[in-house]
Amino acid sequence: MKNKDLQVAALKEGSVIDHIPVDKLFTLVQMLQLDKCTEPVTIGNNLESKKFNKKGIIKVSGKFFTDEELSRLAVVCPNMKLTVIRDYEVVEKRQISLPEVLTDVVKCTNPVCITNNEPMHTIFNVEANKQIVKCHYCGKTQVIGNIKLK
Amino acid sequence: MENKSIVSIANYSTKQIKTLLDMAAEFEKNPNRRILEGKIVATLFFEPSTRTRLSFETAANRLGARVIGFTDPKVTSSSKGETLKDTIKMVSNYADVIIMRHKLEGAALYASEVTNVPIINAGDGSNLHPSQTMLDLYSIYKTQGTLENLNIYMVGDLKYGRTVHSLLMSMQPYNPTFHFISPKELEMPKEYKQFCEDNNIKYIEQQDFTADTIANADILYMTRVQRERFTDLMEYERVKDAYILKADMLCKCKDNMKILHPLPRVNEIEYNVDDSPHAYYFQQAQNGLYARQALICHVLGITLDDIK
Repeated sequence: MKNKDLQVAALKEGSVIDHIPVDKLFTLVQMLQLDKCTEPVTIGNNLESKKFNKKGIIKVSGKFFTDEELSRLAVVCPNMKLTVIRDYEVVEKRQISLPEVLTDVVKCTNPVCITNNEPMHTIFNVEANKQIVKCHYCGKTQVIGNIKLK
Repeated sequence: MENKSIVSIANYSTKQIKTLLDMAAEFEKNPNRRILEGKIVATLFFEPSTRTRLSFETAANRLGARVIGFTDPKVTSSSKGETLKDTIKMVSNYADVIIMRHKLEGAALYASEVTNVPIINAGDGSNLHPSQTMLDLYSIYKTQGTLENLNIYMVGDLKYGRTVHSLLMSMQPYNPTFHFISPKELEMPKEYKQFCEDNNIKYIEQQDFTADTIANADILYMTRVQRERFTDLMEYERVKDAYILKADMLCKCKDNMKILHPLPRVNEIEYNVDDSPHAYYFQQAQNGLYARQALICHVLGITLDDIK
């Protein structure tokens, strides 16, 4: 019990991202630019997990992620868990999975794709069953887990 | 208004394809119809392509439309850094339909998203070229009387050949059997073989190109083996003459067999093959006119009944 308390210590307002693979934690920290965050931030890694053996966790006070931010994170960590806390109460708890469409999150790896040559948003369709994302414009695919972010 | 752009025909139903084939057949009976009188067709060739442009412009002219456009992006604002979006928005103010070729993949799809004027994709990089596919389908349909259950032999550069990839995908509903004849270095890419497997399309790969190996073909689709495609020039020297169609290779062919080629030809079909009743590549190019007339009319909402 004591260990668990330490892992998810009370947060008044903010978000907790849990079930982060240990090798992805610091990528997420970078993506969220937590080094610039002035609110309290707790980062834990190699914590015990029933599901994954070991996991990472990030808790940020006063931060509520937008869908766009979550899409970007989900590209790196397709199965993380988000908990939203307001006034010490958990108001939302859900698995973050990749949306069906990623808008302006992924960079196409095809140098002659229109998206790499025109000031425009990229659109990628997620084909979860094949574990790939596919460029809406040129059809070039990338494997989930090894995706180039915009 | 619904935007009826044609970026790809890969997702067209067999019924839609049949309608376009029937429209092309109507235009073949009489290509000169002034049904687009008062319309303006823009041909924007951001990448030069004499053959496709002439075919589209002839199609538009024979339908009575006026044609504006450019044949070389160097003379346009694109060379000054204007975005594709801005060029399309600008031309949309003038034209009723935009036919465009671009070197970048996905350019036609993007163009169709930034305007209400219908776009016809005349080739976007090595991605799609639906009007070529349409004229190939029309040529096959016309010469075989059907698209169903045909033995289609594809020969030469199957790795980079955009036309063979598009044709392969568009034949999917018609139960074809494909034979892929190519050097190892230019064999059909894995993704297209996977497409065949996923859709229960039979295919056979072989490297020998002889009278015996093509004896059972209904369609022999030739492409050019280009030197610049090879990383190993020794390999090119070894195979460069192995995929040339010679007249004496046609001795065992089926009577209905026709030879198609997207043109331009260099040396992959010997000139004496031109006299064979199997040679069909020049008529195939002519069919492009009728297929393109059908496509232009289709995007402008003109139906088969309107032209019958």
